[in-house]
Amino acid sequence: MSLSLAILTALLALGILAIIFGSILGFAAIKFKVESDPLVDQIDEILPQTQCGQCGYPGCKPYAEAIANGDEINKCPPGGEATIKKLADLMGVEAKSLDAAHGQEDVKKVAYIREDECIGCTKCIQACPVDAILGAAKQMHTVIKDECTGCDLCVEPCPVDCIDMVPVENNTASWRWKLDAIPIKQVN
Amino acid sequence: MQTSYEQIVHKIDSDELWDFPGGIYPPERKEISNLQPIATLPIPEKLYVTVKQHKGVEGNLIVEVGQQVLKGQALSKSANPFAVPIHAPTSGKISAIRKHVSPHPSGIPELSIEIETDGQDTWTELSPTLDYQNQPKIDLLTKICDAGISGMGGAGFPSHIKLSTSKKVEFLIINGVECEPYITSDDRLMREHAWQIRQGIDVLTHMVQPQQVFIAIEKNKPEAIEALQIACRENPLYQVVEIPTKYPSGGEKQLIQILTNREVPAQGLPIDVGVISHNVGTCFAVADAIFSGKPLIQRVTTVTGEAVSKPANYWTLIGTPIKHILNECGYQASSQKQARAIIGGPMMGFTVTDELVPIIKTSNCVLVPADSEMAELNEQACIRCGACADVCPAGLLPQQLFWHAKAKELDKAQEYNLFDCIECGACAYVCPSEIPLVHYYRVAKADIRNELDEKQQADKARERFEKRAARLKAEQAARDEKHRLAAEARKQAMESKGNNAKDKIAAALARAKAKKQGLAAADSNLDTKSEINSQKTPPIESNDEPTQKHEIVDAATEKPSASSNQRVQAAIARAKAKKAAVATKSNQTPEITTEQEKSSSGSLNIENQDENIVESKPIVHEATKVSDVPRTVVQQDTKKPEQESVSPSHEENSDNQISQNIAEQKQAKVAAAVAKAKAKREAQKKAKASEIQITKPLAKEKSLANEKTLAQVEQLAEDPNNQQESSSKQNIEHSAIEDPLVTKKRRIAVAVAKAKAKRQAEKTVENSAPKENKEDKS
Amino acid sequence: MNFKLASSPHQHANRDLGQVMKLVILCLVPGILMQTWFFGWGTIIQVILAVITATVTEAAILELRKRDFERALKDYSAIVTAILLAISIPPFAPWWVIVIGTFFAIAIVKQLYGGLGFNIFNPAMAAYVMLLVSFPVQMTQWLPPVNLAQYTHDFWDALSVIFTSYSVEGFSIAQLKTDIDGVTMATPLDTVKTSLIQGFTYSEGLEHKIFDSVVTGVGVASSWVSLAYLAGGLFLIKQKVINWHIPVSMLAGLFVCALFMSLVDSDVYPSSIFHLLNGSIIIGAFFIATDPVSASTTNKGRLIFGAAIGVWVYIIRTWGGYPDAIAFAVVIMNMAVPLIDYYTRPRTYGHQAPNALKSKGKQP
Repeated sequence: MSLSLAILTALLALGILAIIFGSILGFAAIKFKVESDPLVDQIDEILPQTQCGQCGYPGCKPYAEAIANGDEINKCPPGGEATIKKLADLMGVEAKSLDAAHGQEDVKKVAYIREDECIGCTKCIQACPVDAILGAAKQMHTVIKDECTGCDLCVEPCPVDCIDMVPVENNTASWRWKLDAIPIKQVN
Repeated sequence: MQTSYEQIVHKIDSDELWDFPGGIYPPERKEISNLQPIATLPIPEKLYVTVKQHKGVEGNLIVEVGQQVLKGQALSKSANPFAVPIHAPTSGKISAIRKHVSPHPSGIPELSIEIETDGQDTWTELSPTLDYQNQPKIDLLTKICDAGISGMGGAGFPSHIKLSTSKKVEFLIINGVECEPYITSDDRLMREHAWQIRQGIDVLTHMVQPQQVFIAIEKNKPEAIEALQIACRENPLYQVVEIPTKYPSGGEKQLIQILTNREVPAQGLPIDVGVISHNVGTCFAVADAIFSGKPLIQRVTTVTGEAVSKPANYWTLIGTPIKHILNECGYQASSQKQARAIIGGPMMGFTVTDELVPIIKTSNCVLVPADSEMAELNEQACIRCGACADVCPAGLLPQQLFWHAKAKELDKAQEYNLFDCIECGACAYVCPSEIPLVHYYRVAKADIRNELDEKQQADKARERFEKRAARLKAEQAARDEKHRLAAEARKQAMESKGNNAKDKIAAALARAKAKKQGLAAADSNLDTKSEINSQKTPPIESNDEPTQKHEIVDAATEKPSASSNQRVQAAIARAKAKKAAVATKSNQTPEITTEQEKSSSGSLNIENQDENIVESKPIVHEATKVSDVPRTVVQQDTKKPEQESVSPSHEENSDNQISQNIAEQKQAKVAAAVAKAKAKREAQKKAKASEIQITKPLAKEKSLANEKTLAQVEQLAEDPNNQQESSSKQNIEHSAIEDPLVTKKRRIAVAVAKAKAKRQAEKTVENSAPKENKEDKS
Repeated sequence: MNFKLASSPHQHANRDLGQVMKLVILCLVPGILMQTWFFGWGTIIQVILAVITATVTEAAILELRKRDFERALKDYSAIVTAILLAISIPPFAPWWVIVIGTFFAIAIVKQLYGGLGFNIFNPAMAAYVMLLVSFPVQMTQWLPPVNLAQYTHDFWDALSVIFTSYSVEGFSIAQLKTDIDGVTMATPLDTVKTSLIQGFTYSEGLEHKIFDSVVTGVGVASSWVSLAYLAGGLFLIKQKVINWHIPVSMLAGLFVCALFMSLVDSDVYPSSIFHLLNGSIIIGAFFIATDPVSASTTNKGRLIFGAAIGVWVYIIRTWGGYPDAIAFAVVIMNMAVPLIDYYTRPRTYGHQAPNALKSKGKQP
């Protein structure tokens, strides 16, 4: 009798304790909830937002979701090694070298439409992931240079091949003080 | 707590000054160049005037290649307050406007105007202002701005921006410190032109109404101090202050600290602490601009160093290439193993990348040191001795900055206030390990700036991508909804069989047409004929056939064409077109009329398009700038379809004429595209075929194909020409406008053909290359 | 024309690392000479041994790290480390003590952390601590000053003792340690400490022969040596090789502690002068704690760093198990340097307070 009472008391005591601590924890979880960016947003923040799809996903956000779900972090050629390193830091995994299957790291480029040749088919406009091409049906199209991410997606659909990817020109404002890399040339 | 005005005046009056932390005492070496009076360099054969010589934006050019310019004539102009115009430094002919190596450490070419001087040195008409006291401030500001005056001490900040402050100015500081070794241009200018400098100070004082004017000169220039003391004797407001010789006491922030014990807040301006400072050279230029109306076209430049035989100060025309200066001053190549010239002083100047680097408004010195003068450095490990921190005038910890900058820990470097570094070079000067510290900071700063830019761009791209995704989704939903409604309506129609057949037929016709047009808009090159037809006909038809009106209700609401009076309608449409053209939004007007009709392929969102256009105005502008012909075409182009679509073309107006031309031009374009597409297809076929064929016949066939397509293109291009010619007969008046259009069309056709040929050639090469190898082997 | 490109500044002060280090060595010379005068040739031999070991070790390790060792050796930093260690250990310690110590200082403390500029600890002092902990007997074999010793010893004696433990005449180190009266000698600090432990008062301890004057409580030999190093140190300050902050604050820290405690009970706690001129406090203040690599780099930080070393020295000397404490104090404070540096950042021009003290918000 006394044994069962003791057991009962113990169970009761434990149960009450469990309830108390549980409610404290529950309260704390609500009260002290840390508002942090979900992982996907943090990853998306790091990705270069070219929306080029070279990673195999239809944009940077989908790739960010895929990384959050365990995909490799080395599928982003536009971001290159720098992005991989940051992703590795964020995800707590080892930085790998860029997966060559998805492309090589390249200089930044922007699309340029040779306007004389444009027939105004709007195909590139539809292909552009960031609406950086301006134009209308049967009107000449042009690329908004500042908005272009250099994703390359408009080049393929163009029926008259009038889109070139031109490297972004270096100017004195964006120069990175590479004194040893100044080409020596004669100007006459 | 900020030192009060009274405290400052009291302290200066009792011949005391504050001090700034750190600083160094490098050998001054000013005696090399400050003994001779300022000489004048002969006019070089060619001047290279960089368009942007200051901090801000560049103005628009108002001259053309081949134009004859006079000395002092403005070459650029802009309404932007941060744009400072440039002027022709002497008379001559503009031989080119193109990118030329820039007076920047990188030497990256920048837009420049090349002037072939004629040696006449003829002045343009000048308009001096003698009674500046009676002029409103805004006129004086305009005058200073139009004279192209920007800070001549270092950074080249536009002077009129500094002067246009509305805040209370306690101190106007005239900076004649010139603390950097070797440079003596301000020294000589003060000695020889103290009077004119004072006149400039008078003007500045009149404009900003300071409570006190300090003219700060370093102690090592006793002649200059004396000259200015004499010149400023009569005005009790002016006070010449001797500054202890210590580098970098001439830095704007440091000078303010020495004189007022106030610190310019980080990311702030001197005016935030009630101070404005101007260089003595700027004062001289202001006096020139106001009293004789001369713009800033020359400056005193010190040419010094042991590798020139005639070191001295020279009046140098803006745009003079270094080469000319070196030649005139007796450059001794033998004293340098590898040529080296520095624009600016030994502490903050930069090495030139090319001998044609021009002098600009901020180039106060050309230093050509002998090899023995400035030794080669070899970088060793940092021993954290802290010598750099001891001399840093900005109170930074250079060794920490270096550590983080080298490790590319950019956020840490920023935490150590990297951007407060004034790049004076004191730290690198004393570093026993000979580390080029400032270089590391510059790289880190550039990296941070670029990273920030990239980040902003990425954010923008993300936003645009997300907006687009949302829009596509909404469009899809809207389409689905429409389909559902249409299906329901059909069902209802089936149920109530009371409709007359006529309506039905009309509706069906309209639908078919709409579908056709929609398809055409999407793939213009697939169905060329219907494309051309649909482009030409439907808008006109839509007016002619009232039965269709209910199909294009939306279009009707866009253009209130419900009234039967066609003239009113036309007028409204015209006005609208004009408005639209002004806003350069009219690009999408044809799209609006067709948008509702095409139900199958949603290609564009008008609202978004709107946004794009607004944002991209400058770019559109740029694009149209490329050549004049396309610009006019585009403008007319945008005006045309709307006009046509609403007003029936009964009247013989020019718009109509042009619109026809354009339609034809389009035909030509489309034809070219078709030809190209055909050629492409053919080429692809051939490419496939070539896999089993041998190279030689293939190449032959290719060239044949090329010829064929070329001929095709030409034929196609000619066809519309003929049409156009016939139509142009109707209106002889406008034949002048047509001619360029015709030629343009031809050009396009030829260009397309050329591009195609090139492509094909490339492909042939690609295909044939491996095979040729094979042949070689065999 | 093909132009040479460089980043500004193009002009440079004519004092490089090698010159700085050579200046330090030069300023050590008077002290070393004085030490040799009073304590025999052992010091010179130790210095030579240390320099050879340091050079060889540095060259070998740089070779292993595939660096240009010829250039690195020209900066003389290894030699400075070697000399500092050599003058810190007893002059007649066996040769392998200095060899092991120098090797440890260069190979482990300096090169293993990444070479010059990357070491956290002062190499000489870290090595000293290692030696003291590992070889306590050899590291405390201080001979009495030459004028007080029972047996005189010349250069060959010193050489012989260092390499064979016996002098040319066959005396052991223990015999050499005995003074004129046949009593084994100890350093002044040791003597006082021992006498205090034995229950004597401080002034009674001072009656020992090693002190020339009961009043000041300063040993003749050690005070002369200290003064020689002081002269060298002052010259360094004058040449702006070192800042005054660390030496002054370190001496002040020790002085204030000693003054305070001796005021509390002058029987038990030695006077401030005694503390300042005995042991290696001067050499520590001017040459060891000022080692730029492992010391604090801000002026405020240097003051804290120096004062803390002074306090530590006093604490360890008075209540710790070792008679002298420079090495321990320096090594302890080396560990605190990153913290000190972080919290003593100077105010940047145009900023209200150093960033570190503000909330960690980043600058826009």
